Amino acid sequence: MIKIKNLHANIEGKEILKGLNLEVNAGEVHAIMGPNGAGKSTLASILAGREEYEVTEGSVDFDGKDLLELSTEDRAREGLFLAFQYPVEIPGVSNVNFLRTALNEIREYKGEEPISAKDFMAKVREKSAIVELDSKLASRSVNEGFSGGEKKRNEIFQMAMLEPKLAILDETDSGLDIDALRIVASGVNKLKTPENATIVITHYQRLLDYIVPDYVHVLYNGRIVKTGTKELALELEEKGYDWIKEEVDAN
Amino acid sequence: MQEVISTNKLAAFRANFASTTLTFPDDKVSAAFEFLNTSDFPTTKHENWKYTRLARIANLRFDQPDESKIDSSLRICAESLQFVFHNGNLIQQPENLPSGLTVKSIQDCSAEELAIVSTELNTFEAMNLAYASNGLFIHVAAKTNLEQAIEIVHYTTGNEFVALRNVIKTDALSKAEIVMNYMSVDESNSLLNVVTDIEVGAGTLLTLHKIQAEAGTNFHISKVNSKQDKDSNFSLHTTTLNGNFVRNDVNVAVNGQNCETNLYGAYILNGTQHVDNHTVIDHKVAQCLSNELYKGVIDDKATAVFNGKVFVRKDAQKINAFQSNANVLMSDDATVNSKPELEIYADDVKCSHGSTTGQLDEEAVFYLRARGISEKSARNLVVSAFVNDALEKTENEEVLTYIYSLVKERFGWEF
Repeated sequence: MIKIKNLHANIEGKEILKGLNLEVNAGEVHAIMGPNGAGKSTLASILAGREEYEVTEGSVDFDGKDLLELSTEDRAREGLFLAFQYPVEIPGVSNVNFLRTALNEIREYKGEEPISAKDFMAKVREKSAIVELDSKLASRSVNEGFSGGEKKRNEIFQMAMLEPKLAILDETDSGLDIDALRIVASGVNKLKTPENATIVITHYQRLLDYIVPDYVHVLYNGRIVKTGTKELALELEEKGYDWIKEEVDAN
Repeated sequence: MQEVISTNKLAAFRANFASTTLTFPDDKVSAAFEFLNTSDFPTTKHENWKYTRLARIANLRFDQPDESKIDSSLRICAESLQFVFHNGNLIQQPENLPSGLTVKSIQDCSAEELAIVSTELNTFEAMNLAYASNGLFIHVAAKTNLEQAIEIVHYTTGNEFVALRNVIKTDALSKAEIVMNYMSVDESNSLLNVVTDIEVGAGTLLTLHKIQAEAGTNFHISKVNSKQDKDSNFSLHTTTLNGNFVRNDVNVAVNGQNCETNLYGAYILNGTQHVDNHTVIDHKVAQCLSNELYKGVIDDKATAVFNGKVFVRKDAQKINAFQSNANVLMSDDATVNSKPELEIYADDVKCSHGSTTGQLDEEAVFYLRARGISEKSARNLVVSAFVNDALEKTENEEVLTYIYSLVKERFGWEF
């Protein structure tokens, strides 16, 4: 699905990613953990196409396409989805209208007919139920006046509507209480198929009790320095990151 | 001793204009000429023209309107009472009017009917008194509830100077809606100078829509003087979608208690357009509400000016006055000068004013793009939502649909 090789990236001349390697296959869930400032959100931003970052070396292959050559919108149309750490409020732009525009632009890109109004509304009803999002929120302005939990649920609702091949959840658990966390995680689990994949970026192991990863990676100092199974996350929760830092710094 | 002005641009500018033959009070017309004869175009040293240079207009020469006519089929409201002007000539009007409504050319008015025209002496209002050729007199009798909107379409052609004067009077407990739609036939440099004097009677509800969608080469200078009697509701929606140079002055005197005043404006500029909105709401008495929201989108090298003054006079207690101006600059060369002003002399009031100017929210654009929406559509979605905040204050669906269609045609934005 996605092959990231030796990825180096700068922002304002500061090197954040220093040779990152990661491969994710269809049907897999990968968790990326790591201390603050390790480059977790930078990785998500670069994959989504934020232009502030400069990729200086390396490659990203997304289902046979050179991801780094694609515009942000074409990455989304190819099936990449980023659930934002801080979803943006857009006054005056209705959630539903913008999703209809997005869905139809994606369909046009794939050479498909626009979705009918009836099918679209049926889809909104079906998918908003997955994250227990009030249908009133679906028709309000994008994220405007939403609570923290509603914003994160809205991200997963959009993911459900767009049905991406690869979803990257950037700290989707941050700021969520346990009930909201459960709803968000259960939404993500319901959307899992053998054809799609998920990268979960998180600081806390707690989320991984609900979204069970096949692999857990530790990102430190711009590189993936350790890979394991879900037990690694538990170990990190218990022992913190210092032992990893020491291990890496010793080498 | 009269001051001698050696290089008077105003004198050269109006040299070939024919004096008005309308029945304005003589003393008002002579005062206007006296003012014009002893002054020149205001410069940016003049407070009301600080950010608007008149050189663009002052150096041009305009012709007098001729008798030209065009066929018009444009109609915004299906059931409206439509009056069509071409270069100041009234070329089309309804055969019948509902009872309680009088509408006629201002050329057919008596001196008494025109006694209410304002006489504020500034260059363009004085020029209007001195050279006005036509306009409408609209009178809505007491307790008349007009079902149909009055729709006034004005077309300009050629490099002409047209001065129009409108007088609108709504008597007690009446209701009326008026749409003023300004269009061009060709890409020429016409100058339209429109002054509208309004008396909003006690307990009446008057809504006025002004849509400025002339060619990008045209000049439009307008003034609305409105006086509100007690318990009345006056709303003015000003939408500026084109024009080389547009100046809109609005002056609302709230003379009676328990009034509501709504001023809403939207302006979308590009190229080297210049659009200037100057508004005054003067709360002279207690217990009134005013809302003002102007939103602008400025692209390329265009410039916009907003100057909104709200006065709350001594003893005008319990006034709620809200004013806001917000602008989005779409290019590095676009300019906005925004000046909200509150002058409050009463002590028990609730007033607010605010002005914001910024770039388009790039984070919002990125968010939409990350969902598969093209950069162009994403920008259009964000910017049209921004300006729609002011547009959608228009409650008349037909007028709003028409404005949306103009915006879509000109800018490609969908609502």
